[in-house]
Formats: sequence, C-alpha cells, structure tokens
Amino acid sequence: MEKEAGRESAAVRLDDPWDDAPAPGWEEPEGAEGSTPAPVPGRAAPRGGHSAADIYLDVQRSEAFQEVRRRYRRFVVPATIAFFVWYLAYVVTAVAAPGLMARPVAGAVNVAMVVGLGQFLTTFLLTGAYARHARLRRDRAALDLRWETQEMTRGAGR
Amino acid sequence: MSGDHQTLALLLFSAFIAVTLGITTWVSRNRHGSAEEFYAGGRLFSPMENGFAIAGDYMSAASFLGISGLIALFGYDGMLYSVGFLVAWLVVLLLVAELVRNCGRFTLADVVAARMAERPVRIAAGTSSVTVSVLYLVAQMVGAGSLVALLLGGTSGAARSWTVIGVGALMVVYVSLGGMRATTWIQIVKAVLLMAGTVVLTVLVLVHFHGNVNELLNSAADRSGHGKEFLSPGLRYGGGWTARIDFISLGLALVLGTAGLPHILSRFYTVPTARAARRSVVWSIGLIGSFYLMTIVLGFGAAALVGSADVRESNPAGNTAVPLLAMVLGGGDGSTGGTILFAVVAAVAFATILAVVAGITLASSASVAHDLYASLKRPGSRQRSEVTVARVAAAGIGVVAIGLGLLAQDLNVAFLVGLAFAVAASANLPVLLYSLFWRNFTTRGAVWSVYGGLIPAVLLVVLSPVVSGSPSSLFPGVDFQVFPLENPGLVSIPLGFLAGWAGTVTANEPPDAAKHAEIEVRALTGAGAV
Repeated sequence: MEKEAGRESAAVRLDDPWDDAPAPGWEEPEGAEGSTPAPVPGRAAPRGGHSAADIYLDVQRSEAFQEVRRRYRRFVVPATIAFFVWYLAYVVTAVAAPGLMARPVAGAVNVAMVVGLGQFLTTFLLTGAYARHARLRRDRAALDLRWETQEMTRGAGR
Repeated sequence: MSGDHQTLALLLFSAFIAVTLGITTWVSRNRHGSAEEFYAGGRLFSPMENGFAIAGDYMSAASFLGISGLIALFGYDGMLYSVGFLVAWLVVLLLVAELVRNCGRFTLADVVAARMAERPVRIAAGTSSVTVSVLYLVAQMVGAGSLVALLLGGTSGAARSWTVIGVGALMVVYVSLGGMRATTWIQIVKAVLLMAGTVVLTVLVLVHFHGNVNELLNSAADRSGHGKEFLSPGLRYGGGWTARIDFISLGLALVLGTAGLPHILSRFYTVPTARAARRSVVWSIGLIGSFYLMTIVLGFGAAALVGSADVRESNPAGNTAVPLLAMVLGGGDGSTGGTILFAVVAAVAFATILAVVAGITLASSASVAHDLYASLKRPGSRQRSEVTVARVAAAGIGVVAIGLGLLAQDLNVAFLVGLAFAVAASANLPVLLYSLFWRNFTTRGAVWSVYGGLIPAVLLVVLSPVVSGSPSSLFPGVDFQVFPLENPGLVSIPLGFLAGWAGTVTANEPPDAAKHAEIEVRALTGAGAV
C-alpha cells in the first residue's frame, strides 16, 4: 500500500496502533460486491488551504469524500426509515388492532408473537447487511481519506 | 425459605465480589491516573471484548428480572420491552456508534462541543447525562433491593436498605480505583455469567415442556388466570386510550433511548477505531438479541411453572419471577437442585446489578468531571486533576443513587428503566443527531435541544401517576398528578427535536460551515480521531 510510509510516521500521533481497517486483498475474497471501491485518486483533496479549517472544507468538497458520504447515506437513510416504520407499525398495531394481533397462526402462536419475533429477525438481518456494506463499500475509501487528511492537517498550522 | 440457599447464594456472591475486586486491584496496579486511562481504559480493547462489555452494560437487572417479571404478570405486553430494547441497537449501529467514536474523546458532550461554543454545550449535555445516569442507577438499586428481600425472606426492611447501601459502596470502590479498564473487565465477566445462567434456565424450561413451545404458551395462559388474552397485546396497556398511548410512548422511548445513554456511548471510546466500534456493536447485537429472546421464554416459563399469582405475591412488580422460576426448575422449595439453582440465579442477578451500576457510575463521573467541572470551575481556582474530580464525583453519585434507590423500592425495575430511556431519548439523542447530521445546527440550537427535552421529560414524570395520585405511585398520599401518561417519551422526545430546531432557526450566529465540514469529515473518515 502506497501510504505505508506515511502511516508509520503518523502512528504515534494517531494513537491507532492496531490499524483496524482492512488492507486491500486480505479481508474479502475478490469479486465480492463492490470490490472496486470509491475512486480515490492519489490526491483526492486539493491542497489549496493553509489552515486546518480550510483543509477540512476542501476534503469535504472532494469527490472521494462525497462518494464515501453518498454510500453511507444511501444505505443508512432508507434502512433507518424502514426499520423505524416497521417498529412503529408493530407498536401501534398492538394497541390499535389487538383483535388482529390476537388472531391465531398455529396452535397458541398468534400474529402478535410472529410479528414480535419478526422484529428480532429483521434486526439481525439488517445488522449483518450494514456491517457487510460498510466493510465492502466504505471502509477502504474512508481509511485512505483519513490518512490523506491527516497528512495535510499535520502540515498546516492549526 | 430455607437457610441453605441463602448461605449458598451469599457464598457465590462473595466469590463474585472477591473476583471483581481482584480484577480491580490487578488492573489498577502501576497505572497512572491519566484521563485516557480512567475514562477509556487506554482505548485498546478488542471488538469482541468491547462487544461483551457493551452487552454486559446493557443487559441490566431490568432486563433479567424486570422484563421476565412483566411477561410473567402481563404476558405479551411485557414482550414490548424485549423487542424495543433490541431494535434500539439499530439506531446505535447505523447512526451513532462509528461517528461518535470518530468525533469524541470521552463523553457525549465532546461530540457536540466539537462544533459549538464549548462551555454552554458542555454544561447542558453534562447535566442531562448525569440525570439519565442517576435515573438508571435508581432502577438498578431497586432491583438489588428486591432481590435481597427475596433472598433473606423478605422480612427485614433493614437488610434491603443495607444491600442498597452495600452495592453503592462497592461500585464506588470499583470505579474510583479501577476506572474504565476494571469496569470493562467486570462487564465482560458478568456478561459471560449472565448469558450462561440464562441459557441454562432457558434450556431447562424448554426441556420441561419437551421442547414444545405450544405447550409452554398454553400452560402459561392457563396458569396466568387470563386465558388466551395472556398471549396477545392489551393486558397491561389495553384499557382506555391513556393506557394505549402510554404503550406507544414507552415503545418510542425504548427504541430511541439507547443511543442517548451516556454509559453506552462511553463504551465506544474503549476501542481504537470506528471500525472496531462497529464490530463491537455487531457483537453486542448478537449477544443482546439472543438474551432477549431467552427472557421471553423465561417470562412465559415463570407464568407457566410458578404462576402469575405466586409471582405477584412474592413481589407485586414481578421483579422476582426468574429466581422463583429457578427454584421450581431445580425441583422446588427445599430440594437440593432448587436451592442450588436459586442461589446461582440470585448471585448472577446480583453480579449483573453490581456491574451495571459500576458502568453507569463511571460514565456519570466522567460527565461531572470532564464536562461540568471543567466548564464550571473558576479560571483562577486551584487546578485539580480531572481524574481526581471524577473519583470524588463517583462517590457523590453513589450517595444520590443510594438515597433514591431506598425511596423507590416498590416500582418495577424495567419500568423505571423505561423512564431513564425516555429522558435519554428526549435530552441526549436530538442534540447528538443534529450535531452529526445537520449542517446549520448552532450552539443555541444545541443548548435548547438538551434543555427542551430534559426539562419536559423530568417535569412530566414528576406530574405523572408514577410519582403521585395513585395507590402504586411513589408518594401515594398526595396528588399533584396532571399528566396522564406514565412514560413521557411521546411528548418529550418530539419537544427535544423541536426545541433544537427552534433554537437553531432563531439564532443570531450564522452556522459555522468550517466546523461542520470538520465534524463531517472526521465522523465519516476518522481523520484526527484520538
């Protein structure tokens, strides 16, 4: 990885000795979903600014950062709306239509039980999906941006 | 109750105390009292360790004793707690964990103060964090009290009070000597114990019914005295429209409260990166989800095997359903198996309470020292180390929690936690989400949103039937009840969000684009994270 040198020199200051983010090629099998991450150009953010504030503004405007943010939001916004509506529907139905919820499905198990357990199931599924999405689509690009931003802010007078 | 299980339970519990005190001394040897060490345990826990610790922090006595008790008494309506407590983790995972890890250092206020005027924001967020923590602590203390009342035969109020005091004193020792590192290890030990105990009981319940869930549910319905109604919604929250709206209010508080709990937020700072924070949450969702699934089995099991009437007789709020269930599963009162199982469960529940209490005390002492003391001290005053202040604060919070815990002994633990969640969701969550996601958010908006959620939430609780005006309230003798709902969430959470919006649009200061850029870049990439 071409950032290796920069990372080592920055290690003490970063207090991040584990470098928990994935290096290319060992975390995920090739050909997995989104195996081509965000187009992170070698110098994503223009080096126009001199102060740290300018640098953060520049990074925020850069295409690489916008891509990371887009990917995060595109997953999180619909997912949050979906699980929240589904949970609220569960709670409201319990008090608004108890008759429906009490309808038996199989033996003593009724609709209310099935929906309640369904909440557990969807929570587990969404957790898995989010973790996978973040790992495959976001982590690498975000890490590259992190090192670049830190390189730049180190040079700038804070 | 015979003396055997008392002795055994006390023995097991003493063993747990010995082990945890051992951890505390071992961990705190050769440690310098740096803030990094005290509040965040050096930030070098692995995701799995932190996942267990989060689960340990979260699976409180409220869950183990309270939820199962509510299910044993009210059947399906108790299940809402299980579902809400779990679904809430999606808010944490998707919107909070990674971003907070990247932007903050020790507390919730760090995240907000990163882009706002520091002093007012710290005072506001610190105040609300301490309030939430104290409410949550009271719930744990009440759990400890009812457990001991059961253990010692429920005869002496003095024993109960001394337990509450003892738990409080122990937690102060853990926290002030061991800091975050010791607290984390205590959480991990406790999470493993609690999971093991719950798995054993669940398996025993299922074996008792030959793995037939249908039979379990049917016997639960039969012995509850409510028949089929026991298995569908409406038993506790089905009456008038107030009760139904109360249910929605509680549901909202549960799902939005977790992400505002200070002791949960501070756990994300114990791992090195945002990615590790995410992976800890994934671990904890797995653990917490399976745990809550099992509490459902235990609740219906207690209804089926102990009977709702007996549960209610032992503790009107249902807090002792699980220990009673353990007694029956082991062979009944007086049998060896029953004695052992009862003692084990009681000891596990006690360990749970101690660990959670330690976690919350640590988080709130961090809020006091890092946010309130650091902002309120006079510039010229003698410089004390922040960690020293935090240690003293832990003792002070312990005293307050003990006092309130003695007052609130007859309320259901899960229900009390529901209140803490409502305050967290109203005061802490809006300001956190606005700070992370809203470009135009301002200092005034931040301060308004904290107080605009905190004050209505606390005020509505004071004016609710929980505090006065009904036979089961805190002060049954007086009546200043105005607000009909027991849980304020439905009103106070929107108010918190509304106040943050209003404060922002009426502010004179222009939003700081550079600060927003900084927090957004830092949140999503981890640049400059400590």
